[in-house]
Amino acid sequence: MSDIFLQNYWWFLIALLGGLLVFLMFVQGANLHLGNRTLSDLQKRMILNSTGRKWELTFTTLVTFGGAFFASFPLFYSTSFGGAYWVWVLILLSFVFQAVSYEFQNKKENLIGSKAFRVFLMINAILAPLLIGTAVGTFFTGSDFTVNKVAITDPAAPVISTWGNGWHGLEALVNYHALLLGCSLMFLTSILGALYILNNVDDNAIQAQMRRTVKMSLVPFLAFFLSWLLILLVRPGFAADEDGIISMEKFKYLHNFLQMPAVLVMFLLGVLLVLWGIFKGAFQQSRSGIWPAGIGTVLVVMAVFFIAGYNGTAYYPSCTDLQSSLTIRNSSSSQFTLQVMFWVSLLIPFVVAYIAYAWHQMDRKKITPEEIADTKHKY
Amino acid sequence: MDVIVWSRIQFAMTAAYHWLFVPLTLGLALVMAVMETIYVIKKDDFWKKTAQYWMKLFAINFAVGIATGIILEFEFGTNWSNYSWFVGDMFGAPLAIEGILAFFMEATFFAVMFFGWDRVSKRFHLVSTWLTGIGATISAFWILVANGWMQNPVGTTFNPETVRSEMASAQAFWEVVSNPVAISKFFHAITSGWVTGGVFVVGISCWYLLKKRQRKFARASILIGSIVGIVGSFAVMLSGDASGVHAAEFQPMKLAAAEGLQDGGRRAAFTIVPGIKIPGMLSILATHDIDGFVPGINDILNGYTDNEGNEIPSVAEKMAMGREALVALSIYRSTDDPSEKAEARYALEENVQYMGYGHLEKPEDVIPPVGVVFWAFRFMIGLGMLLLLELLVIGWLAWKDKLAGKRWLMIAAIVCIPLVYICGQAGWIVAEVGRQPWTIQGLLPVNVAISSLSAGAVKTTFFVFLAIFTLFLVIEIRILIGAIKKGPETPNE
Repeated sequence: MSDIFLQNYWWFLIALLGGLLVFLMFVQGANLHLGNRTLSDLQKRMILNSTGRKWELTFTTLVTFGGAFFASFPLFYSTSFGGAYWVWVLILLSFVFQAVSYEFQNKKENLIGSKAFRVFLMINAILAPLLIGTAVGTFFTGSDFTVNKVAITDPAAPVISTWGNGWHGLEALVNYHALLLGCSLMFLTSILGALYILNNVDDNAIQAQMRRTVKMSLVPFLAFFLSWLLILLVRPGFAADEDGIISMEKFKYLHNFLQMPAVLVMFLLGVLLVLWGIFKGAFQQSRSGIWPAGIGTVLVVMAVFFIAGYNGTAYYPSCTDLQSSLTIRNSSSSQFTLQVMFWVSLLIPFVVAYIAYAWHQMDRKKITPEEIADTKHKY
Repeated sequence: MDVIVWSRIQFAMTAAYHWLFVPLTLGLALVMAVMETIYVIKKDDFWKKTAQYWMKLFAINFAVGIATGIILEFEFGTNWSNYSWFVGDMFGAPLAIEGILAFFMEATFFAVMFFGWDRVSKRFHLVSTWLTGIGATISAFWILVANGWMQNPVGTTFNPETVRSEMASAQAFWEVVSNPVAISKFFHAITSGWVTGGVFVVGISCWYLLKKRQRKFARASILIGSIVGIVGSFAVMLSGDASGVHAAEFQPMKLAAAEGLQDGGRRAAFTIVPGIKIPGMLSILATHDIDGFVPGINDILNGYTDNEGNEIPSVAEKMAMGREALVALSIYRSTDDPSEKAEARYALEENVQYMGYGHLEKPEDVIPPVGVVFWAFRFMIGLGMLLLLELLVIGWLAWKDKLAGKRWLMIAAIVCIPLVYICGQAGWIVAEVGRQPWTIQGLLPVNVAISSLSAGAVKTTFFVFLAIFTLFLVIEIRILIGAIKKGPETPNE
């Protein structure tokens, strides 16, 4: 297996994990309803118990996404995490609170009250997609960093990857193009969350509320996403030639779509599936909109990662020093390590199969008010 | 304090908190899996309720372990940027394998175990309970492979083209996976988790006996808990013995610090506490030979001859060679002249094993905080022996059904719960403080492994994490106490 094949393969897997992570963030989207005043406490509890049986998958996918990035493209890990410090710390903090909020919130000894934990879940529901989306948005806008591997020989300033400003990543929040992707992701997860609850919870009032949510989130989602897409297609991009020299290329991302028609088809198919899922959830009596919308989300996110990294593109560009930009060629692990992990990755279908089986077994019984009242183990 | 110190404090604090929750997860997973197996075999509802009770406590603890674990994983990148590039090629693979093989297993089957009693078959549920524990154990294996490599960096070579350590062959990967330090660490950590689980279960059960509640449940739990704890204790001793030998071979400074040994020699004595020594015992423990040479701190600083007859250079000599390696690397990376490049590469390869020493300011920098490591080592061993004694006595009395009336013993069992945590923390202090100043032994000291951050930024996140983790710990303890007071659903016999 050649180095190039393995680098491309691992970028594919990173894209897949990214797609699955965004899909599984329906957990975050659904948790937004924990503050919905039109729902009773029992109805909120049903939503909480529905997402409570899935949140660990989202969390694990995030951890694996980070681990896979570390394993396959360690220069990204060392540059972005050490550089965009505050953004990653905020993302992590929101997930840390999420991790304990399910278990703690309805225990009377929880010290700060159940409302506090619901607020933590809602903060996670807003911050996680907003910040992750904005962070991915910088894949197209660039960030303020330099990479100098010789620095490690200098005892006075040995750090290879250095960030150019003291905001350490927070500056992305005022980068309108990156922020548009963050906002798009926030409304997309809201839609996915509503479609998931529609499918998983048997309660007429909740279902009506979820259909309303899908309709209400649709307009801002489309506005943010289409704005982001339009700007992306006309903006200059960070191109890498065969020697790894980075230069600015006009309409680079439009070119990427046109030069990789399979990715374009994948992107359009994904968008159509998301819209179909939304249509089924919002305008039909169907409860299965989550499936086309979920699959469509995975396809769209993968396509976005593909145009960020394939076709001679720097996926983590530096605005400060173009030649410090990261490509899937200059930031990857060695050929041998990628190959070892290639063999391990063949287990992924097996992992997906047992998750699907377990999930199917658990979801055969939908969540109902009676179920919440009768079940001993609940949040 | 500078950013290096704050980064170290933050990582140490996160790791210490994480290790408060992980060992109980590992230990309780085994205890409840055994109990559920008995339920499935005997079809006795008592065992189902017993297993369910310990699962409830497991779930409360599990959540905080996950919360601290995610911070720990990402701190490699956020606070140790150079480190994560330098080791990414080697370290990333175990982490990715951990994610694919272990995390999903834990996450998926934890949900089935906790919510699936009325949704899946009895056998599927039992398999899920075992897989939750197996997932946690596989997870520990891969992270300890990475940790073992940091203590003894085998199987990789430094690549000046990429400026990092890389694996190059299947044999290299096998060397990393079968690294003796990693294997002994894995068994030591996992089985110390069994001891934690055992001591926890025995202590809580004794509280019920003291309160004259749930006697049947308590006795049954004590039997299972003490067996798990006793098996774990003996395995901890065996793997601890291997760890001692490995420290002597690969990290002699850690061993010297743990013993407070200034000047080493043959037939070296083991210090129980200052002033009380067992002659020759340290040589036996470190080399399995009473005549084995154990170097002291001064021997390591000044150079010595090891048990295989190899001349080990002084730290000053290693520093000189390390600086030559760094200069050669700098020339190699900056010159286009082929002959100069070849010359630089040769000089680099000659000295690369000491490259990390080139970053040190003075030879004494290789000495870890001796007092901390020395006393942590004694707390670990002393408490470990005490806990084994406790488990043996209470397990035996429970087996003979003679625990009734032994009030002081039951109080001692409850007191042992915090002690087992102190013991585990002391063990990690020996392992991690003892290897300072290295993030990767001999290759990368902490002052070069950091991210380019201000001390103020890391100080802020340190206090934020500290406040959050402390809050979570307090809440977890309150909820655990509440659940314990409420008790299991077994009949109150």
